Amino acid sequence: MERNHVLAQFEPRQENLLLILHSLQNNNPQNYLTQDDLSATADFLNLTKSSVYGVVKYYTMFSLKPRGRHLIRTCMSPVCRLLGGRDILIELEKLLGIKWGQTTKDGFITLEPSKCLGCCGNSPALLVDRTLHGNLTKAKLREIIAGIRNPSKLINKRGRQCQKKK
Amino acid sequence: MPEKKIGLKNAGIINPESIGDYIAAGGYDGFKKALHMTSADVIAEIEKSGLRGRGGAGFPTGMKWKTAFNSTSYPKYVICNADEGEPGTFKDRIILEQDPHSCLEGVMLASYAISAHKAFIYVRGEYFLPEKMMRKAIADARDAGLLGDNILGSGYSLDVQIKLGAGSYLCGEEFCLVESLEGKRGYPRIKPPFPAEKGVFFQPTIVNNVETLSHIPHIIREGADWYRTMGTEKSPGTKIFTLCGDVNKPGAYEAEMGVPLKELIYTFAGGIANGKTIKTALVGGASGTFVPPSELDMQMDYDSLKSKGFTLGSGAVIVLGEGRSLPEFLFGILGFFQHESCGKCVPCRAGTTSLRNAMEDILAHPRRKIKNEKSLSEMEWLSTLMLKTSLCPLGQSPYFPITSAVKYFKNDFLGKE
Ligand SMILES: Cc1cc2nc3c(=O)[nH]c(=O)nc-3n(C[C@H](O)[C@H](O)[C@H](O)COP(=O)(O)O)c2cc1C
Ligand code: FES
Repeated sequence: MERNHVLAQFEPRQENLLLILHSLQNNNPQNYLTQDDLSATADFLNLTKSSVYGVVKYYTMFSLKPRGRHLIRTCMSPVCRLLGGRDILIELEKLLGIKWGQTTKDGFITLEPSKCLGCCGNSPALLVDRTLHGNLTKAKLREIIAGIRNPSKLINKRGRQCQKKK
Repeated sequence: MPEKKIGLKNAGIINPESIGDYIAAGGYDGFKKALHMTSADVIAEIEKSGLRGRGGAGFPTGMKWKTAFNSTSYPKYVICNADEGEPGTFKDRIILEQDPHSCLEGVMLASYAISAHKAFIYVRGEYFLPEKMMRKAIADARDAGLLGDNILGSGYSLDVQIKLGAGSYLCGEEFCLVESLEGKRGYPRIKPPFPAEKGVFFQPTIVNNVETLSHIPHIIREGADWYRTMGTEKSPGTKIFTLCGDVNKPGAYEAEMGVPLKELIYTFAGGIANGKTIKTALVGGASGTFVPPSELDMQMDYDSLKSKGFTLGSGAVIVLGEGRSLPEFLFGILGFFQHESCGKCVPCRAGTTSLRNAMEDILAHPRRKIKNEKSLSEMEWLSTLMLKTSLCPLGQSPYFPITSAVKYFKNDFLGKE
């Protein structure tokens, strides 16, 4: 979607800023906010770009750097740490060949640490895009990653994900 | 004590995406009943019930509503705090995912009680499924004529909107939430005035937790006297406890206030995992207190816990089995606070970093008995200073886990020399 179309879904009031930033970020295939996004948002809401930038920097879910198409957020909060969350992160780093905060070379997956995901009853837990996974084991991690990688066959050359035919 | 359910009454039983199921289970009866009552009567009923906020502070809900009600400034707003982020807590997620209408009905009743015509549900950014469920619930309620203009011919109008967080634990604090909702950085404001006096857009605002709101429809429908038959004199009703860590059956269990901690751990959660004995339980989430095994008979309600220096907080019970390293665990907690400090006030910004570094130092040198003992007392002093001088409760929080850990488990930090 064009940036202006995304903006047009909202009323130009500052209280919508976070929702706008979420929408713009989701709209970007690389899951981040560009400088042009910030400028356009600032103009739209009649704010300074610096104040929009300040808000973006405050919230950990927004990124100013390109990220992979898929985000893996592993919980690093006390309960998950207690039940092996760090091993999960290390195993993921090994499986993906990247450190946390980085993106795989093919630009497909970004690995991020996260705080408590509200899944402590099934620790250790992680979030793949919009889906929670709990009770993680090394075997399960491999399954999850294979699951993310597999639909890659459906990605066409323009980098858009095709709809699976029913 | 058996499980007793109010907040989780429908969870896992009805189809959360069906408003019909919810109505068949008695849903929206409370709201319909309230439409024939005056606002003052609704508030009086909640006040009489003795309901206290389930978000952590335990503030009497009726009193909060009354403050907002008495204000002559309009418009007024209601905010549902669904920014659950306290480590070890997942009760609100379960309510939102499995019974979103009960929370929504609570929001509607709160709005009606203070004549607010706009309410917000602030869902944390990572809660994708709860957001989806709540969106559907709002849309369905609107289609059923329970939201919108002139609801059921009563002349009362209400609009409910979802707002999203974006990954900040601190935004669960009511004023940070208000700032965030206004589209700003989630910085705390100085209290007083409290949100009920000057909240979002500096108008009177009720901020209530999801679990608190899910109790409201039941109280209005069944009456305050019914509610008072459960729990204790000063903490009536039920509470959802989320048990996690080294227990056999981690999960969310709802019981009457005052249930013994022992029962939660051994009966509900099936005891300690791997046949071990218990080392400690951290009650109240990251900003809670460590409870030693000698205190397991303690009753879980606001006042019993407070009288012994513990906190109920959000109702999280994180159990550590024998053999777990307390310094390691505390380090994780302090790292969490350091990461989540917003940096607005100096005691919290500098203090959380110092505390974390001091703990890291202790972990790196477990055998330095004298030096570590000194570090520990410095940490206690610093966290006390933060308790007294921080702007918002985040900087005041490390005090609780640190002092309780030192009080009951000091030797764990000193090693053997
Ligand atoms: C750092 C911090 C985080 C908080 N997080 C939450 C939260 O995630 N959910 C919540 O309901 N209350 C949270 N609170 C408590 C709120 O400030 C507030 O007391 C609560 O929303 C009031 O609702 P209640 O009276 O229904 O409990 C938090 C408080 C602090 C200091
Ligand atoms: S601590 Fe990991 S989900 Fe709560």
